[in-house]
Amino acid sequence: MIEEVTGASERSIGPDTIAEMRTIMARYPQPRSALLPMLHLVQAEFGYVTPAGIEACAAELGITTAEVAAVATFYTMYKRRPIGDYHVGVCTNTLCAIMGGDAIFAALQEHLGIGNDETTADGLVTLEHIECNAACDYAPVLMVNWEFFDDQTVQSARDLVDRLRAGDPPDPTRGAGPVCTWRETARVLAGFPDGRAHEGPSAGPASLVGLRRARERGDEAPDDGRRTSGQHAQNGGSS
Amino acid sequence: MTLTPVLSRSWDQKSSWTLDAYRATDGYRALRTALDMAPDAIIAQVKDSGLRGRGGAGFPTGLKWGFIPQGVGPDGIEKPKYLVVNADESEPGTCKDIPLMMATPHLLIEGVIISSYAIRARHAFIYVRGEVVHVVRRLHEAVREAYAAGLLGHDILGSGYDLEVTVHAGAGAYICGEETALLDSLEGRRGQPRLRPPFPAVAGLYASPTVINNVESIASVPSIIDRGVDWYRSMGSEKSPGFKLFSISGHVRHPGQYEAPLGVTFRELLDVAGGVRNGHELKFWTPGGSSTPILTAEHLDTPLDFEGVAAQGSMLGTTALMVFDETTCVVRAVLRWTEFYAHESCGKCTPCREGTFWLRQILQRLEAGHATEVELDQLLDLCDNILGRSFCALGDGATSPITSSLQYFRDEYVQHLGTGCWFDPVRATVFQTSEAGA
Ligand SMILES: Cc1cc2nc3c(=O)[nH]c(=O)nc-3n(C[C@H](O)[C@H](O)[C@H](O)COP(=O)(O)O)c2cc1C
Ligand code: SF4
Ligand code: FES
Repeated sequence: MIEEVTGASERSIGPDTIAEMRTIMARYPQPRSALLPMLHLVQAEFGYVTPAGIEACAAELGITTAEVAAVATFYTMYKRRPIGDYHVGVCTNTLCAIMGGDAIFAALQEHLGIGNDETTADGLVTLEHIECNAACDYAPVLMVNWEFFDDQTVQSARDLVDRLRAGDPPDPTRGAGPVCTWRETARVLAGFPDGRAHEGPSAGPASLVGLRRARERGDEAPDDGRRTSGQHAQNGGSS
Repeated sequence: MTLTPVLSRSWDQKSSWTLDAYRATDGYRALRTALDMAPDAIIAQVKDSGLRGRGGAGFPTGLKWGFIPQGVGPDGIEKPKYLVVNADESEPGTCKDIPLMMATPHLLIEGVIISSYAIRARHAFIYVRGEVVHVVRRLHEAVREAYAAGLLGHDILGSGYDLEVTVHAGAGAYICGEETALLDSLEGRRGQPRLRPPFPAVAGLYASPTVINNVESIASVPSIIDRGVDWYRSMGSEKSPGFKLFSISGHVRHPGQYEAPLGVTFRELLDVAGGVRNGHELKFWTPGGSSTPILTAEHLDTPLDFEGVAAQGSMLGTTALMVFDETTCVVRAVLRWTEFYAHESCGKCTPCREGTFWLRQILQRLEAGHATEVELDQLLDLCDNILGRSFCALGDGATSPITSSLQYFRDEYVQHLGTGCWFDPVRATVFQTSEAGA
């Protein structure tokens, strides 16, 4: 894995990837719209946005490499240097930070011996603090390769990275388990599904708390005079 | 107060994200009704319902759809029209669209088909933030199922109407939630806001007429078509009708999503959420994300609708209710939001780019105990120079936490002068309470 990642900067992009870039371009009325997913695809191949990846995007879209680079550097999900198989993002926006995100981020830096945006020597874990990830009701939240790890504590976060480094990746709280690699995630983001949509729950407990309260209280939306099966459906369980 | 689960009604069903499960809760019933209606009749019904955009600004959805020019233009050409769903959900505190799409992506897709049919679009895009891979999976799978079932593609349900839907994952940039920046991003560029006019309804995606709506707005459409305007208006208030997902987070007993009529008071919602965590009291809260001015315990009885929150000097925003108790330092909270805005400022205009930089500097000095009283006034001066002078609403939003917290907690700012922050951050964490056995 480490060799593969460090060798990435010299490799040119493969013909299969070029073919897939064209598939992405065909999804849009104007091909340039494909650039963001194409850059995700470059990350799926190399782990980060390499010069060869930028050149391939530019050549396919008929724009300059400077134009592609300008886009690639604007967005935080695109990485300009190799990162680990597991990207661990700790939410340190206000709500999560206060609920424990700051403590978790500090503990992970110490535990892993790395700073923000750095990778462990084994090439497995990259640590980064991230902004609000739309999961504030599960604070403090941690994302591994953009899968949700909800309601974390300092201890659960340490255990989590230990398992990642031991080759025993755990299941996300709401997502496909065990958590996939960074490059596999990038492929899904490029629009090539991995067949794992049916894994994981419908929703986590905090998403359901209002619905459950409504059922306990016998609350529902007003009657419209029609039978609405959703209103009275039995609780079928969420997983 | 009554909870009214409509959008969230089947989130707890087994495999709720599948087409079968969605159909079992009357999914796609509204679509059949809609396809038998004239497109203009759908626009009229959505107008009459009074549905207002759920992305933060509360613009009437039906009115927005009505701005799309129909038919042949003066140049003799009929331009294609596009629907773009804003699924970028990144406003701090906001966490409703992501669970909706994870649990019931078909609800969004049914809304997309009806809305596209109404505005006569033949291609719709769902721009979803990239940092949520499982939501992207569920959307892809739902779109695939919908095509396979004849709900998307050519001649939908034999109606003669054709629609393509493309799921597009973003790449990490808060500004791409701003609708014109989103369009630039969707065109494969850096996400920076565009000058208006022209408005997207006239020249949006690919310079063609475009409707941009939030996920929750579009997901509200099927129930309006299925159950009618009177039913919809029987919830909420005259100017803010209907139901809404309220996201409660922070120092409360039961954080999560609560669907209720607009106009419910914060006190009522906090009460169903179990109140502030044991042994603590409310200090401040946001009604609709970090860009909406904070409120305090004085404002508990504020009705959470567009007018009610505005009357208290804030905004309903995205109904992201972040709750903080007395263990929270207001300066620390505001500094962190300010760091966020400084980081996310796209750099296009000077007031926001430079202003957020200086706001962050001063707040950092304040937290460290290096600031002087003059700098408190400088904070307000800077905010004055950003608000209303920035190119887009991100700059305005950056000033909200600062001006509102100085209004309610100036004393706490003053106490930071010379001494710095004295709060123990451990007391504010969630593990602190669990360790204490609460
Ligand atoms: C900085 C900024 C970020 C925004 N982020 C979002 C977002 O993540 N989701 C969203 O729906 N609207 C967001 N908006 C609002 C959109 O610009 C737009 O008003 C909205 O998508 C319109 O949809 P609606 O009428 O259905 O509310 C944002 C606005 C600004 C200024
Ligand atoms: S206000 Fe900020 S985010 Fe908006 S255009 Fe100006 S610099 Fe960019
Ligand atoms: S603040 Fe962390 S997910 Fe929203």
